[in-house]
Amino acid sequence: MIYAGIDIGSITAKAALIEDNRLLATHTVFTGYNPAAAGRQVFDELLMQTGISAGAVKKVVATGYGRASVEFAHKTLTEIICHGAGAHFLNTGVRGVIDVGGQDSKAILLDAQGHVENFAMNDKCAAGTGRFLEVMAQALQIPLDQMGEISLGAENPVKISSICTVFAESEVISMIARQKDRRDIAAGIHRSAALRVASLAGKIHLAPPVVMTGGVAKNKGMLQALEDYLGYGIKVGAVPQENGAVGAAVLAAGT
Amino acid sequence: MTRTIDKENTKIAAAKKMRDIMTTYYLDALSASENNRQVAWITSGGPVEPLVAMDIIPVYPENHGAMIGSAKMGEDLCSKAEEMGYSTDLCAYARADIGCSVAKGGPIGGLPKPDMLICCNNICGTVLKWYEVQARYYGVPLFILDTPVCHTGFFPETAAYVKAQITEYIGFLETATRRKMDMDRMNQVGHLSLEGQKLWQQVLRTTAHKPSPMSAFDAFFFLALIVTLRGTTTAVDFYRELIAEMNDRIAKGISVVPDEQYRLLWDNLPVWHRLKWLSKKFSNHRACLVADTYTSAWCGAIQYIDPDNFLDSIAQAYTRIYLNIGIDQMADQVLDMIQFYDVNGLVMHSNRSCKPYSFGQMDIMRIVQKKAGIPVLMLEADMVDPRSFSESQMETRIDAFMEIILQRGATGRGGQ
Repeated sequence: MIYAGIDIGSITAKAALIEDNRLLATHTVFTGYNPAAAGRQVFDELLMQTGISAGAVKKVVATGYGRASVEFAHKTLTEIICHGAGAHFLNTGVRGVIDVGGQDSKAILLDAQGHVENFAMNDKCAAGTGRFLEVMAQALQIPLDQMGEISLGAENPVKISSICTVFAESEVISMIARQKDRRDIAAGIHRSAALRVASLAGKIHLAPPVVMTGGVAKNKGMLQALEDYLGYGIKVGAVPQENGAVGAAVLAAGT
Repeated sequence: MTRTIDKENTKIAAAKKMRDIMTTYYLDALSASENNRQVAWITSGGPVEPLVAMDIIPVYPENHGAMIGSAKMGEDLCSKAEEMGYSTDLCAYARADIGCSVAKGGPIGGLPKPDMLICCNNICGTVLKWYEVQARYYGVPLFILDTPVCHTGFFPETAAYVKAQITEYIGFLETATRRKMDMDRMNQVGHLSLEGQKLWQQVLRTTAHKPSPMSAFDAFFFLALIVTLRGTTTAVDFYRELIAEMNDRIAKGISVVPDEQYRLLWDNLPVWHRLKWLSKKFSNHRACLVADTYTSAWCGAIQYIDPDNFLDSIAQAYTRIYLNIGIDQMADQVLDMIQFYDVNGLVMHSNRSCKPYSFGQMDIMRIVQKKAGIPVLMLEADMVDPRSFSESQMETRIDAFMEIILQRGATGRGGQ
């Protein structure tokens, strides 16, 4: 039996297929302005890549902020429950998930069965999200996917004191004007974002083993800053960005 | 089994009468000066009974604030106060009230001008400065009743201190009205106040029945009388009728949430500007908010009231209210409610406006999770200011919370 999960995020749309408790494949596209079309596209392209017909997929669960726009989904579930299920499916021992996506970040506490015990999310603020890092990468004029690597070479990370993304951007621009080392600024940005996320983890008493999911998990600078704040190692799986979609597929199989 | 729900049947009939009573009350207050009656503005937790006994019309800026919120006029009136220089961090009731006094706007065109202000700080510290501002603005006398926090208990010194102020309070009213307090009348009002509070408690307790005949959203509405008309026969008569209607609904098996599957407890003030949205949101999950810590505060001090020695006993009753006690005691009350109403989860509104109510919620959350083992949801919003409300974020949190309850099975209990 094949099951699919579709995760429509603010920046990317992800799809995953599972069969008999095995992850078959995942795929990601940009969401753009039409979440419904992105959901269709990511699903169709994944089916094409794997050579699986839509008819062979028994059930589809949609998640993410655009979950309601996926018309072909049999059911919708929130990204909290899906990230929990995805993390547990890919690594059964996991008891905590830190998910940092485009517009929100969350910490999820799991029980031994992978059920969500508690969660905490950022509130009405982009600081500590992928969007924050995107804005900062633009200000630093470095590609987003290189910002993590660049920051690892920092010697004296700067301190970003503003809580707000908009003010933090002004702060970064003034540091550029003062010719601060780009690596130090990038590292400072990661520390600032990581602190917000770490406080979410602290709120619900997250404890290892913890995995990080969401697109930002691919940023090594952010991962390191988070580990520094939390004082323990965080695992990143093979498909962190698609973890929510995997979880949605798992829950599609379970219902 | 699917049962067709007749929408008209699920409506609470007493709601119309309640609206009529509140309209009459506000008309009386607005025309007070024409009828040679005095108006006192009073904080929601303040001792209103002496006012009623002296035939002074009590008016509640906080009740008015709730009306402003429900009428979705909060943003405009709060902005008005912000233009005047008040911080966005200030309570939205205070901002809306100050804005409304100057703009003469709001759902009823502003409150009637006060002849005096009565401020009791048992609910928060903000009211002190808020009432001082209004006393200066209207040029009227202000009486402050200071109720020390009783986080670790209630001591004889506190009792004596508050009792002395109750005596001063009566003196203040006698000066303001140029009349002596009629102690027989005061006694009568005290009896009615206690009776009203007991009846209000009975109303709230009807929701222990499964399915619940009404929800916290109904309680938020029906609360207005025990706040504004406490100590009157109007409140007593109305709540008697409401209890009868609730018992009738229970007998007929009428539930407020069709096919109620989950029962939840609400903490903190309502999000007045989103009552309908929230009620529908939970109802779609077949969840009923059966009780709340807010409306029960108006019957939470019954045990301290002595109707035959009313004025002395209210020193204790008005000091030991929910917002003036310690976090451990608040958590105990929440745990009692979880058990009494047999709920599957706790929804906490972290209310940007109300600091004393929201401060300590994280601790209560942890205590509840540990001792009751039920899921707890923290929603960040504001009772009046819609700028602190994000619909899609709210939606995701509520959906996720209900998914967690569903995942845990019928009882929702994690068991620790």
